[in-house]
Amino acid sequence: MALDKNQIAKRIARELQDGYYVNLGIGIPTLVANHIPPGINVTLQSENGILGMGQFPYDGEEDADLINAGKQTVTLLPGSAIFDSSLSFAMIRAQKVNLTVLGAMEVSDTGDIASWKIPGKMVKGMGGAMDLVASAQNIIVCMMHTNKAGESKLLKKCSLPLTGLGCVKRIITDLGMFEVTKDGFKLTERAPGVSVEEIKAKTEGRLVVEGEVPEMTV
Amino acid sequence: MDKRVTDADAALKGLKDGMTLMVGGFGLCGIPENLIAALARHGVKGLTCISNNAGVDDFGLGLLLKTKQIKKMIASYVGENAEFERQMLSGELEVDLIPQGNLAERCRAGGSGIPAFFTPAGYGTEVAEGKETREFDGKMYVMERWLRADYSLVKAWKGDTNGNLVYRHTARNFNPVMAMAGTITIAEVEHLVEPGEIDPDQVHTPGIFVHRIFQGKNYEKRIEQRTVRQRA
Repeated sequence: MALDKNQIAKRIARELQDGYYVNLGIGIPTLVANHIPPGINVTLQSENGILGMGQFPYDGEEDADLINAGKQTVTLLPGSAIFDSSLSFAMIRAQKVNLTVLGAMEVSDTGDIASWKIPGKMVKGMGGAMDLVASAQNIIVCMMHTNKAGESKLLKKCSLPLTGLGCVKRIITDLGMFEVTKDGFKLTERAPGVSVEEIKAKTEGRLVVEGEVPEMTV
Repeated sequence: MDKRVTDADAALKGLKDGMTLMVGGFGLCGIPENLIAALARHGVKGLTCISNNAGVDDFGLGLLLKTKQIKKMIASYVGENAEFERQMLSGELEVDLIPQGNLAERCRAGGSGIPAFFTPAGYGTEVAEGKETREFDGKMYVMERWLRADYSLVKAWKGDTNGNLVYRHTARNFNPVMAMAGTITIAEVEHLVEPGEIDPDQVHTPGIFVHRIFQGKNYEKRIEQRTVRQRA
């Protein structure tokens, strides 16, 4: 069975280490915050100017002056800090943020990522994604393995305009987990019940399969 | 120096067709609502607007898009505005999309007397096309120029008549760096107070950057994504 969005988020959450500063992108990455393992203390950075972002507010306590980068109402945890956009990207650019998790439309087997534009069709803008991927110590991309037409999103070369060059370290899709190596996408875990053959068939970029690939526990 | 003016209309004196404006805010959070409404009323045209987002269809800068008062938009993310996307794809609106951190730093540079700087964001992408690139300590960087504005329109929570500003929560966002980069900077505040009422240690934007200040009214402070949890 392919993973659902929450299972993807849960698997990513296991990559978090105690003391990490983490930036979670819009969509599936945001769900990672719901699955932080007990005993692991991470500080969430939101690029619109928060360190120490908390959960959604209780109904009736939402504050128009307190949102995350996805424009959702949020709360502040004790010990949080607020700052302007320039300082926010200063800490991102200076690699103070340990892990960035974001979505993508395409990833190449050399770690390029495309996520912000479909020429002539959809242009939403890159927001903070280009800054984040250009500077993050560690980037995990989470996305569906194929697009709506069933075509692979793990490619030899991105067809869409790039967000960043050679920056993605790891990818988690509904079918498995992959490390970007010099030889291509190295399959490190399979989603429960998903075969290596299925992953091979749905991966257009170079895929590296070494020995028995373990099944993911979720 | 007393920088107070009566209202948004008085504050916008001298703003003409074809000028470049910076407009603070992130989404609809921390936008200068009174000033945007006044611009829509005045009908000034051909504006270049520098703002992280373009509002939504019926609020924020979306109001000025609807009336076609904006000729060019410089932003990082415009996904919340269908009219924007339509005008951009049809070519009616000139658009320069730039990475959010570059946008913030270009404003900060403009307000700091730094004409250009090197940044890693956008290297190897179409954002870097035509720009100087250079390697420093083994990593590639792109040269980006400062951004400055004829008028910077910002929103703060509290301000004194000297122009000292204090922002509240994430309504701070781009407001401090844009306040620095305007030839004329106008601040609208929810609470206008006398000098001495703001603790100098708590000032976010020193008054030297602010030329005109007024107390806004009828703040709607619209929430784009109202996300809540229920009590157990």
